Amino acid sequence: MSTATETIEGFVKQEYKYGFYTDVETESAPPGLNEDIIRLISRKKNEPEFLLEWRLKAFRHWQTMTEPLWPKVTHPPIDYQKISYYSAPKKRGDGPKSLDEVDPKLLETYEKLGIPLRERERLAGVAVDAVFDSVSVGTTFKEKLAEQGIIFCSFSDAVQEHPDLVKKYLGIVVPYTDNFYAALNSAVFSDGSFCYIPKGVRCPMELSTYFRINAANTGQFERTLIVAEEGSYVSYLEGCTAPMRDENQLHAAVVELIALDRAEIKYSTVQNWYPGDEQGRGGIYNFVTKRGLCRGRNSKISWTQVETGSAITWKYPSVILQGDNAIGEFYSVALTNNYQQADTGTKMIHIGKNTRSTIVSKGISAGHGQNSYRGLVKIQKSAENSRNFSQCDSLLLGDRCGAHTFPYIEVKNTTSSVEHEATTSKIGEDQIFYCNQRGLETQDAVNMIVNGFCKEVFKELPMEFAVEAQKLLGVSLEGSVG
Amino acid sequence: MQTTMIPEQIKQADPYLAAFERFASNGAEEPQWIGQLRKSGMARFSEIGFPTLRDEDWRFTNVAPIARLPFRPLLQPVRGDLPDPTGFNFAKIESSRLVFVNGHFAPELSRVLPLPKGAQITGMANALANDGALAQKHLGRHVRLEQNAFAALNTAFFTDGALVFIPAGVEVPQPVHLLYITTATETGATAHPRNLIVAERDSRVTILESYVSTVHGAYFTNAVTEFVIGEHATVEHCKFQDESPAAYHIAALQMSLGKNCDFISHSIATGAKLSRNNINTVLGGEHIECVLNGLYLTKDDQLADHHMIVEHAKPHCNSHEYYNGILDDRSRGVFHGRILVRPIAQKTDAKQTNKNLLLADTATANAKPQLEIYADDVKCTHGATVGQLNKDSIFYLRARGIDAETARRMLIHAFAGEIIDRIRCEPAREELDRVFWDRLEENPHVADVK
Amino acid sequence: MLEIKNLCAGVEGREILKGVDLTITAGEVHAVMGPNGSGKSTLAAILAGREGYEVTQGQVLYNGVDLLEMDPEERAREGLFLAFQYPVEIPGVNSTYFLKAALNAIRKHRGEPELDALEFLSLVKEKMKLLELREDFLKRPVNAGFSGGEKKRNEIFQMAVLEPKLAILDETDSGLDIDALRVVAEGVNRLKRPDNAQLVITHYQRLLNYIIPDFVHVLFDGRIVRSGGKELALELEEKGYDWIAKHEAVTA
Repeated sequence: MSTATETIEGFVKQEYKYGFYTDVETESAPPGLNEDIIRLISRKKNEPEFLLEWRLKAFRHWQTMTEPLWPKVTHPPIDYQKISYYSAPKKRGDGPKSLDEVDPKLLETYEKLGIPLRERERLAGVAVDAVFDSVSVGTTFKEKLAEQGIIFCSFSDAVQEHPDLVKKYLGIVVPYTDNFYAALNSAVFSDGSFCYIPKGVRCPMELSTYFRINAANTGQFERTLIVAEEGSYVSYLEGCTAPMRDENQLHAAVVELIALDRAEIKYSTVQNWYPGDEQGRGGIYNFVTKRGLCRGRNSKISWTQVETGSAITWKYPSVILQGDNAIGEFYSVALTNNYQQADTGTKMIHIGKNTRSTIVSKGISAGHGQNSYRGLVKIQKSAENSRNFSQCDSLLLGDRCGAHTFPYIEVKNTTSSVEHEATTSKIGEDQIFYCNQRGLETQDAVNMIVNGFCKEVFKELPMEFAVEAQKLLGVSLEGSVG
Repeated sequence: MQTTMIPEQIKQADPYLAAFERFASNGAEEPQWIGQLRKSGMARFSEIGFPTLRDEDWRFTNVAPIARLPFRPLLQPVRGDLPDPTGFNFAKIESSRLVFVNGHFAPELSRVLPLPKGAQITGMANALANDGALAQKHLGRHVRLEQNAFAALNTAFFTDGALVFIPAGVEVPQPVHLLYITTATETGATAHPRNLIVAERDSRVTILESYVSTVHGAYFTNAVTEFVIGEHATVEHCKFQDESPAAYHIAALQMSLGKNCDFISHSIATGAKLSRNNINTVLGGEHIECVLNGLYLTKDDQLADHHMIVEHAKPHCNSHEYYNGILDDRSRGVFHGRILVRPIAQKTDAKQTNKNLLLADTATANAKPQLEIYADDVKCTHGATVGQLNKDSIFYLRARGIDAETARRMLIHAFAGEIIDRIRCEPAREELDRVFWDRLEENPHVADVK
Repeated sequence: MLEIKNLCAGVEGREILKGVDLTITAGEVHAVMGPNGSGKSTLAAILAGREGYEVTQGQVLYNGVDLLEMDPEERAREGLFLAFQYPVEIPGVNSTYFLKAALNAIRKHRGEPELDALEFLSLVKEKMKLLELREDFLKRPVNAGFSGGEKKRNEIFQMAVLEPKLAILDETDSGLDIDALRVVAEGVNRLKRPDNAQLVITHYQRLLNYIIPDFVHVLFDGRIVRSGGKELALELEEKGYDWIAKHEAVTA
């Protein structure tokens, strides 16, 4: 078994490859949070009055709230007055009108991350919005998408160009009163992505946002809003990285999805924020609120996440199944290594008739990592003939880590059914032996078993992301894609 | 000068403190250690107060109705007419029977069969008055008060209960039946039964516990039972909670299990407006077999809550929890099961299932099955379902010629039956089987279940 | 007794049976063979009335009556019996209780008096010997904790007790070792009478060494592509299903 253990350790001891820092001139707000800072952010972004008012209301509400204590994570108290709430690369003159005018250093940064933004090198079939610290530095394929009426731009641009849509949908899924971090985000959010898919349009390419935290002592508070009108479809990808620093940095994002009749939104995340070092120093606190509203009949929202980064992850991408026959899905792989902590899962709130939800969660714990699944399935009285199936599996690599499962189930309807199953296991010596006996090396066997464990989730990822997820987990995908 | 806000719970504790002071001043004959124990209980209760819905362990069960009851601890035994215990369930089973009326041992109604040498089955108050050594060794040493205001309150106010001691190597052939009858009609009348069951190594015993009443009052039973089970002992425990539909019932069950023991505990709940069982087991030796088995049947506005923690503190143990609930009308069934596997507890095999059947759209099932695992070489699974009868089973029965309604009835009975079948004590199993059969057959909604 | 005419059926829009024709007369034993996915179990499920299948075309007459219009329990009471491929475990339902309820429902339907507990028990004990079952079998819940072989024997035991007119055995041989297979087959053979019929669905020929069919049909891609006597089964065993597949590919 010793060889197997060593291999497992080798497997989980991979270096963070995205830990570099880009030296660009930035313009940052002084640390601290008060109404003046919020006014400053709003002014910098030339926002309409309604948005400033909304931010201030959120801020005032936030001041009355306390951090949630129920997650199974521990961290020293966060001093919210020591964080800078706005950081942007310095603009040249009026700011870039096209990507050609963007600071070459920024373009290089994204190239190093494997996200080329320049026209000739763009990823085929993926439109990218690149967010650097607090602002979007560029969006590709914007014009091509506009031909079909699709709006894909930074949140700031959306505020300028489509204020009515922003006003109509902002905060309806995640109100600023929702929770401590959502309230904070609502007060200080800097940028993010905005997508609007008009009626009947099937978005021809994957839409993607790449988030990068660069500056020190800043928080990142982005806000993403996706609206899919009747009969439309969109697949959206999100990626994240940050430099290696010894201090913890806060990332508190909010994502809202709205699907109207027969619309479908597929939202995939590969979260690879800096997880901290082997001793648990540094890393991102990833406290995120993600929620989708299946408002229309026959609508569908599907979340897929591969969570490998962050020192602490606190995140529950959820679906409110309001329309009849709506479908909600959650597929998750969460890996915690070294001293990482993850408390993640989902909420499926069934309101409409014949609504269906599926939850597949795979937790992998290694090192001293603590991995918790926390999920709520609620079937309201009105949700006749609704179904949920949940499967939560945990895999333990090593004997110093922990795997926990905290499902909450509430059913108020006799015609519905909810099933929850969970298992916890380790990679068995017999499994490795079986593979060895068939001629596989232990390393390959471990890769294969971990891969097999995650397969149900990986197959939900778009191709490009599945490849990235593969790299992140350091496993070969062995035909599990496609 | 520092200003401190007076926490809500301290204000809440006032009437209890006052009652405690009166009670303590009368308890002069008690050994000093009991007085200390009571004080620690009262102090703990004052500190934490009744839990609220904000408390994660109580998020589905609101005990405000209990907190609002006038506090009337039943400190004195009943004078005058005693109830007839023979009509209650389990009363006809050949057993050593201790009967408690309003929480006080009633020797006139009790009968202990001849026991093997060294075994003791007696009232707690008697035991404490005569030779308290055994009680002193165990009482309050196992139940955890930190998080349990009700157990703390029991510790402060208990007056009586059962003390069962089975020495090493002794087998008690007939079951021991502890029957708790409430006759108090006042709202808020509270009994605090306190039981201690010690089964030393290689012993064998079956304990039946039943909670009933002759009245329909809003009384409150707040029980604590501590089990101390030695190596290689075999113990079966079957609790039947069939209190008045207006009553409140809270019970803490604390099990300390020695290595290689075989322990099975059944919790069958049909009574009380609000009931909650806090079942904590610590698997403190290797190769323990532990089964927690439960069934709750609720209607009207009843709430039945089972909250359990199974702590695997040593390697090579197996634990299983099986809980089924059948919920009708506006009632609510709550299941909260937590399997905790300590880093040392390798080769743990733990399974947990909770299944609920709703007979009405107004009923609610809450399930919170949890795994908290710190060891890597373990097999832990849990499953929870809420919903309808298994369609494949219905089809199988129909394919053999049984009509759909009968098939559904059979499966509802079976849903209860699969729990009852695990009861090893045959007369208790047969009696509960009959009780559930009759109560389900009486229920007009059983035929409508899909 | 059974007439299947151009039966087309599927699940969730996927067509599985694409026009099955089959006629079974009293006193006959028919075998339907076919590779995995050919529609064998779908055919059995539809005949027994399992939910979730859509019949898009065709007709099934059972003793001259439209079978597809009947509830599953009506079919059972009219003497149609399905020995399940995967008998479901029903914890909490006692085997004796279950079987007595089933037998009395069927007897009542036939206008026969219901059996009391004693009469039932003596009948059951006689039948148990046939299947070499242990007595404690009856005390256990239906199929709960049974091994694969025990479940299959239980199916044939139920068949012996319920005395169907038409018995459909769905892959009864799967999961049986050779001794269990012999016991099961002998049980089935002893239940054969001039006034009843059996439809044996199987992947392998080996069961047909014990239960000798009068007719063998090959189900392939939702159709019966070949019918013959018992020698067809042997030919199939020898040449394999590829032989049929190739032949079908040529004619198609």
